[in-house]
Amino acid sequence: MPIQSPDNPLIIARPEGLYCPAGDFYIDPWRPVARAIITHAHSDHARVGHGHYLATQAGEQVLRHRLGDIALQTLRYGEAVSHNGVRISLHPAGHVLGSAQVRIEVAGEVWVASGDYKVEPDPTCAAFEPVRCDTFITESTFGLPIYRWQHSDALFAEINQWWRANAAQGRVSVLFCYAFGKAQRILRGVDASIGPILTHGAVAPLNDAYRASGVALPATRRVAELAARGENKAAYAGALVLAPPSAAGSTWMRRFGDYSDAFASGWMLLRGARRRRGVERGFVMSDHADWPGLLWAIEQTGAQQVYVTHGQTGVLTRWLGEHGIAAHTFHTQYGDEDEGVGQQQDEATQAAAAPMDDAADSAHRAEQGPEEGAAP
Amino acid sequence: MKQFAALYAELDTLTASNAKLAALTSYFAATPAADAAWAVYFLAGGKPRQVVPAKVLRQAAQAAAGLPEWLFDECYDAVGDLAETISLVLPPASSTVDIPLAQWVADTLLPLRGEPPEVQHAALSRMWQQQNRLERFVGIKLITGSLRVGVSRLLVTRALAAVSGIDAKLVAQRLVGYTAQAVVAGKALPDAAAYLALIAPAGNGGVQRGGQPYPFFLAHPWQQDVAAMAAQLGSPAQWQVEWKWDGIRAQLVKRAGDVWVWSRGEDLVTERFPELQAAGATLPDGTVLDGEILVWLDGQVAPFALLQQRIGRKNLGAKVLAAAPVILLAYDILEWQGVDQRTLPQHARRALLEQVLADYHPPGIQRSPLVAGDDWAQLATLHTSSRARGVEGMMLKARDAAYGIGRTKDVGTWWKWKIDPYSIDAVLIYAQAGHGRRASLYTDYTFAVWDKPQGDATRALVPFAKAYSGLTDEEIRKVDAIVRRTTVEKFGPVRSVTPTLVFELGFEGIAASSRHKSGIAVRFPRMLRWRQDKPVAEADTLADLQMLLQPGSTAANA
Repeated sequence: MPIQSPDNPLIIARPEGLYCPAGDFYIDPWRPVARAIITHAHSDHARVGHGHYLATQAGEQVLRHRLGDIALQTLRYGEAVSHNGVRISLHPAGHVLGSAQVRIEVAGEVWVASGDYKVEPDPTCAAFEPVRCDTFITESTFGLPIYRWQHSDALFAEINQWWRANAAQGRVSVLFCYAFGKAQRILRGVDASIGPILTHGAVAPLNDAYRASGVALPATRRVAELAARGENKAAYAGALVLAPPSAAGSTWMRRFGDYSDAFASGWMLLRGARRRRGVERGFVMSDHADWPGLLWAIEQTGAQQVYVTHGQTGVLTRWLGEHGIAAHTFHTQYGDEDEGVGQQQDEATQAAAAPMDDAADSAHRAEQGPEEGAAP
Repeated sequence: MKQFAALYAELDTLTASNAKLAALTSYFAATPAADAAWAVYFLAGGKPRQVVPAKVLRQAAQAAAGLPEWLFDECYDAVGDLAETISLVLPPASSTVDIPLAQWVADTLLPLRGEPPEVQHAALSRMWQQQNRLERFVGIKLITGSLRVGVSRLLVTRALAAVSGIDAKLVAQRLVGYTAQAVVAGKALPDAAAYLALIAPAGNGGVQRGGQPYPFFLAHPWQQDVAAMAAQLGSPAQWQVEWKWDGIRAQLVKRAGDVWVWSRGEDLVTERFPELQAAGATLPDGTVLDGEILVWLDGQVAPFALLQQRIGRKNLGAKVLAAAPVILLAYDILEWQGVDQRTLPQHARRALLEQVLADYHPPGIQRSPLVAGDDWAQLATLHTSSRARGVEGMMLKARDAAYGIGRTKDVGTWWKWKIDPYSIDAVLIYAQAGHGRRASLYTDYTFAVWDKPQGDATRALVPFAKAYSGLTDEEIRKVDAIVRRTTVEKFGPVRSVTPTLVFELGFEGIAASSRHKSGIAVRFPRMLRWRQDKPVAEADTLADLQMLLQPGSTAANA
């Protein structure tokens, strides 16, 4: 193990974001910079306005969909490039399609920045791969021992049961979920034989990007497409509708008549969060590591030093310190895609990226008569 | 236990009363009487006296989960509910067994009480090893006595009526005191027989048991202008008008030589008030009075704070009894000579009450005086003197009303016509996350006023009240975001913030207090509105609060 270099760290926190002084580049910066490595395409990590982007090949479709025309260089997982004497490679983080941990190496010293990650299997993206390093920069979104995810088989059994029961009563099942990552994981996991699957305009283009990247997903139709054909409420009966959380309570929901709603998020583990969300069901489903997952991942890296970013930084730092690992906190501006800053910005991006759907939806709204038209 | 836990989980996801009613009804229909007896007890708000101290629960959970205390506390802060926190941190069970609810209560829950901490600790660990996450959660809820699943007593009543096919009003009456029957009957449990008595056909088991009180008749708030009163209420002559006293609503029951005093929460509080026990003893058997318990000094009512202090005392020594003597200010008679009087009109019950009090002169029981007025305008003038008289406003009781059950209007109406609360513009200086539905949102706030007038450079904010109600969900979200953004320091779960937010606080009472830094204690403070128009510098001062201390003063900036 090389000796740590506290006076010469490979990554430091700057107002623009996490910065590598030796290589003169940033990782997931939140202010415009010349060179950025992007761990994944969620909007709190991938922003517009940087001069040059480096990201995974697996995530290219999604990243381009979200950021538009950018100067993008891609790497396959495990492939290395050298920049200003820094060896850079990207390794699967298991968070969403194309998500990566960033490994950087200078003179035999290795640092890994995790971005967001989860350690449980997800058929829509490459599985998290532990990377040995001297210093590990980890997220801590669900860094409390209360967060322990159940096996995804049990989770999808719950979702299928809910959908099936609603379908049997001719009700629509509206499942609110984050449009990028979560929605595709749900699509891949549910039993598509139960009924038709419909998507909101914010979800559909991400499905297309996944399919274009080679991820098999069951057939879906856009709600706007049905609406444009003037289909009535009966067309929705028994369907599963995937929509972003922002659609809850909007006039967009009225078309479904009698529906059951649910929300898929790690936060749904807590009764208070479920009740606040005000949906009938809360499915505990996260693309972030739970407490055992975080501890396992940190242990696997063999890191002697850990920096903790966004989430339960205080808790994880203290826990690691009490277990013999030098731990510190990096203050970042990353959020969680299900709650907080990340979500609103992301949905704004999605709305902008899906003008056709929005137009179709609003055109349809206008056609619905005075009640719909009068709504603000 | 599994069925009850499943019922809990189902009720917890439902919001519509009808859906909850259906869930309850199907549960009762399918559940053996012995288990249903306990389910009714818990759902109707019954709480076994503290079985295991929260501290022992925490320590047992920390040990079982292998967590240091600080980390368990962090978890608790994030969850906001002890039972839920414990159910989430415990490792999975080795095997689960299904024990019927009644058996679980008898064999596991009740034997825990009074055991030394080590024994409780070991018993909890054994229990958790056999329960899944949901059963652990519900089990701890039952142990700590705070079920809170959004089921009202009324809903339980309706479910039992639906299951048994008997009138809901009869069930309501039988249910009174059910959750305290351990005390009344002297034997421990709501058992199968007690449950079957609740749902027995009319005519059976309808007799008043022991010291059982009647369901309280509750008033509706009158919130319209004086101008609307004549049109809505008719002439004052049709109403029995009284002051609205600020004490503890209570029924005094005298039967078979014994006296019982029940508070409105259907808690038996006889032992707290030996004066009333003595007073009741002078009344004949078969008498039930309804009224207000008040601390009475020098022929007038004392502030509620004094009564509150007395309730808090474990030992009622002669000194306490002399410093805060109580009376029952009686305003209704519900039973006389063993006969239910509730269907008599209000004025007839009043006449009977006056007659009984005049004949027996029970010491410590006075009658609530009537307020006379020719018209509503005249009464409104008197109404403005409420604060100076130490009352909360007036009660308007329809002269021909029978005594109803709960907050109903079908047999006549009681209105409570309250005075406007005091109000003051205060600055938010600390915030703490709430509990339950509000966990992990900053919803509990500490408010301060300036200690010196505007312009004084040395002035500082002095905290004087905590409040957590009155905002909409939308406002809470906004305030929560501002709290996070303006945090200066964190002390455990509490954050201090840069003062930027001004709220109009309302409160019902105000008293000088040596226990508070501000020298002032306020009663039932809540947020009336968010003064987004008001800069922090223009918030009220300690002097404004002190002015409210004068009897008869009105709100500073109403």
